[in-house]
Amino acid sequence: MTTLPAGEDLALAEGEAPRLQRGGFFLRVLRERKSAVVGLGIIIFFIVLSLVAPYISPYSATQQTCRVYAPPSSRHWLGCDDGGIDMVSLLMQGGRISLVVGFAATFVAMVIGGGVGLLSGYFGRWVDASLMRVTDYLLVIPDLVFMTVIAAVWGASLLHVILVIGILEWTSTARIIRAQVMSLRERVYVKRARALGAGNARIIWRHIMPQVGPLIIANTVLTIAIAIYLETALAFLGLEDPTVTTWGTILEHAFQRTAISYGAWWAIVPDGFMIAGLIVGCFLFGQAVEDALNPRLKVANLSVRRWRLRPLVGRGSDAI
Amino acid sequence: MRSADYVIKRGFFALVTIFVAITINFFLFRILPGSAVSDLSRVPHASPKLQHALTVEFGLDKPKWQQYLIYLKQLFHGNMGVSFTYQQPVSHLLLADLKNTIPMVTVGTVAAILIGVFTGVLSAWRRGSAPDHVSTHTAIFFYAFPTQWLGLMLLILFAGTLPAGGMSNPFVLGTEPFWQHIGDVGIHMLLPAATLMLTAYGSYTLVVRSSMLETLGEDYVLTARAKGLPTRRIVWRHAVRNALLPMITLIALELGFIVGGVLLIEVIFSWPGIGLAMYNAIGERDYPMLQGGFLILAISVIVLNFIADLVYFRLDPRITL
Repeated sequence: MTTLPAGEDLALAEGEAPRLQRGGFFLRVLRERKSAVVGLGIIIFFIVLSLVAPYISPYSATQQTCRVYAPPSSRHWLGCDDGGIDMVSLLMQGGRISLVVGFAATFVAMVIGGGVGLLSGYFGRWVDASLMRVTDYLLVIPDLVFMTVIAAVWGASLLHVILVIGILEWTSTARIIRAQVMSLRERVYVKRARALGAGNARIIWRHIMPQVGPLIIANTVLTIAIAIYLETALAFLGLEDPTVTTWGTILEHAFQRTAISYGAWWAIVPDGFMIAGLIVGCFLFGQAVEDALNPRLKVANLSVRRWRLRPLVGRGSDAI
Repeated sequence: MRSADYVIKRGFFALVTIFVAITINFFLFRILPGSAVSDLSRVPHASPKLQHALTVEFGLDKPKWQQYLIYLKQLFHGNMGVSFTYQQPVSHLLLADLKNTIPMVTVGTVAAILIGVFTGVLSAWRRGSAPDHVSTHTAIFFYAFPTQWLGLMLLILFAGTLPAGGMSNPFVLGTEPFWQHIGDVGIHMLLPAATLMLTAYGSYTLVVRSSMLETLGEDYVLTARAKGLPTRRIVWRHAVRNALLPMITLIALELGFIVGGVLLIEVIFSWPGIGLAMYNAIGERDYPMLQGGFLILAISVIVLNFIADLVYFRLDPRITL
């Protein structure tokens, strides 16, 4: 509770927009929450790793450099896969595409979810009623199964995987943004801007957007985790482009090409840790930002998505 | 009065959602260019008679909007077309698969709930202690790994000792007594159900923990303590009951995720359920099966959500309309 800037209520009462220095806000979150630092560190680690992968990867990720399912050795730290391709290089290459899918799908989801949330929360009435109705229906239909069916009809390709995840994973974002916008709309500073003659577009862009910005960022990071998770699931079901390498297809290949009966655990275990590592990183950072934004959230029991369950953070000194 | 209103309202929502799912299904498969996907009658190697029967049944020569109405009508009669691969009615095939899926999912989910509640309550009770840290961190650990990875891990660890695939031993099926068959299925069910349990229990632990922490701060817990009741009794008899309320909502919300997990788990352990049927349908481009599988899973989740709504309503008198 002490994290709220002093005097915010006073400023609100006078009809000022609550001051939210954007850079300052994130610096504060990072300073005050260890989990945010750890999470951001993990995310940055994976991004940097993906960027420099072509320069530091020890072997080619497409050509055979050792025996089929060769065990880990001093030359190939994590052994080789079914095609005799070095696992370390493969994981680096897979991470690149996985991150691209995660980011791109999240971008699509954020545009839809953020847009729906903004419109729904700001305009209310029938806009809200109809958009939320759609959201509610989509929320109940099991998402992975739905994605599987669409991807199967469209055909296996990277673009389809991105689109399918993007156009189905926006519902919880829309609800969260909507709730925030609904409360912002009633704030005095927004009412004053309207009284001064500002149009809807200007109010949304200049007065509402800056306030929901950090919330959108927190949500983006959490959605990236979900998107990467879903990509691995779709890839495992054989719906990923067979020519690309992602963390998902590495698992799929290991399973399809009987890594287990070879006893080739090295083709499976490290991959899971990469995925889980990135997911935990996104989760820690997104959660920390969300909590800093809305201390009240800490006591809520659950929200709509698997990755957005509150209790991970605990309360006060009990936080994990 | 209040309850009748609520039931009708939620029931109406569930019905409309089912209708939406059906409509999406129709548009997804029929309003697409190319007859490979949209023409139900193009069952490979089918006799002209069957093709003709399907064309008439589903009105495939009529305009799309008429096809939609006919589709609704046929669906109402349980007709989902004919599988491209098996040349048998989709509904028969999928209902048989569903019968295999339900026990596995039920065992896995119930195990997840029991373990989640137990570890969650323990965590909240011994808040800040070593067991609390161990149980929350373990929960997060299992929570972050992909379902299929956890399944593969179990497969690696137990491949030698437990059956790794299928639902029963193919060499003894049919001759042994009933209870022996059940035991056989039970052993085969262990790994898939355990995978489902591992992927699902983490979120239950975390929710129960936070909900318990909140409940333990309530005044009536203080009263119970003042009356001198033993702690064990306060926790399990007084606090847990109220703390479990959010679990009902969570179980309903997690259903979609569990169903997705079933898809992956059945593929890994070749469990002959609806998930494996859908997976095979993807490979075979068996669109009627895919369509039917999606519809059955979606409707199951919607109906279970509706039931969860009603249970919650029954248990929590504070709900307002």
